[in-house]
Amino acid sequence: MSIRHGLLALLERGQMYGYQLRAAFEESTGSTWPLNIGQVYTTLARLERDGLVRPLPESESGQRPYEITDAGRADLALWFATPISPADRPRDELSIKLALALTTPGVDVRAVVQTQRSATMRALQELTRLKYASDKPEDLAWRLVLDAMIFQAEAEIRWLDHCETSLVRHRPAPSRPTGRPEAVDRTGEEARR
Amino acid sequence: MSAGSEPILRAPQSRTGGGTVSEVLELRDVHRTHGAGPAAVHALRGVSLTVRSGELVAVMGPSGSGKSTLLALAGGLDRPTGGEVLVEGEPLGGLGARDLARLRRRRIGYVFQDLNLLGSLTAVENVALPLELDGAGVRRARKLALAALAEVEVAGLADRFPDQMSGGQQQRVAIARALVGERRLVLADEPTGALDSQAGEAVLHLLRRRVDAGAAGVLVTHEARHAGWADRVVFLRDGVLVDSTAPLAGVEQLLAGSGR
Repeated sequence: MSIRHGLLALLERGQMYGYQLRAAFEESTGSTWPLNIGQVYTTLARLERDGLVRPLPESESGQRPYEITDAGRADLALWFATPISPADRPRDELSIKLALALTTPGVDVRAVVQTQRSATMRALQELTRLKYASDKPEDLAWRLVLDAMIFQAEAEIRWLDHCETSLVRHRPAPSRPTGRPEAVDRTGEEARR
Repeated sequence: MSAGSEPILRAPQSRTGGGTVSEVLELRDVHRTHGAGPAAVHALRGVSLTVRSGELVAVMGPSGSGKSTLLALAGGLDRPTGGEVLVEGEPLGGLGARDLARLRRRRIGYVFQDLNLLGSLTAVENVALPLELDGAGVRRARKLALAALAEVEVAGLADRFPDQMSGGQQQRVAIARALVGERRLVLADEPTGALDSQAGEAVLHLLRRRVDAGAAGVLVTHEARHAGWADRVVFLRDGVLVDSTAPLAGVEQLLAGSGR
């Protein structure tokens, strides 16, 4: 999640100071991404450095509000217009773990798959329960965030099911002291990429 | 509907015979083998599962893992070759065909993928049918059927025939038929069938609501998103329960862990 663009989007609604930004950020993401005030201020400092926001005079209570600049608006518009590239997302630890499990002697890969499936399934149950509990019309943004997480969990479980089916068919190649490329089985090769 | 007015027994009860009152369904080391000798197929190999009042359990597993066999045994539609199935403490193995049929009509509701609505009967007649078969008077059966249709929010369609309704509406009628009367055990096999995701979700919502009102539910599905509605998910492989999800954690823990 881009905190940077999150804050820009909030400032597009109107000027706000740090604590207001934090509260609004958490509210708009349904508290899914808790943010500490330090992250808010360091992000604001970088946005100011890049000319995307500008500080306003302090209020009587000592709060310094920020407003978005034209450059900030352009940056925000570009962000909304650009799809998120899979390459920008953090490396998927799970697929790396499974790839390593496949090629590490003595690891029960099916057990690794099932342990993960059970954990992801539990997260899916929790998410569904949260969604079931939020039925007010004003909860729509929150429900859509939950839906995204639900679909991600579902996709992960489907992928795990697929892994298991492949494992059932998989016959491990005889152990190979020197890793000649043509001796590498296809599953291992794909996982390595 | 009467189930909602029944006391919801969540606390463990003193054992009376086979099970406690809150344990609506109990499978004890259940085996089901088709055929014999080297050609025998072991559909279930020692499955034990308890489903309590107010609990929805989802059964997941690949094709051929024994999911539908488990559901058929739980509903008294099939008999185990070993072990015992108890519904509200009553061992099904001890019942003759007539008593078993009566128990199925009175206490167990089934929702299947293919709806099995009778095309020559209206919605309310379809829902009232199991009650009438069970000897209820026409007027009483209709009254209960209308209440069941209202519970699934299609009371206005009572006098329509199945071919005059959408797939989602027909599925709601099928659920009303599964819930009508005093059914404490609801068994669903891929109940969302070919419905679109919104209509499918509505079906699961209804199932969840009935379970929250005190029924026990078993949902067989291969869709993780549907299993997400359950309190507990069990995984079946080659006729054996291999795993079960841990009890649900608190909301705070979930949110704290979601920012990965």
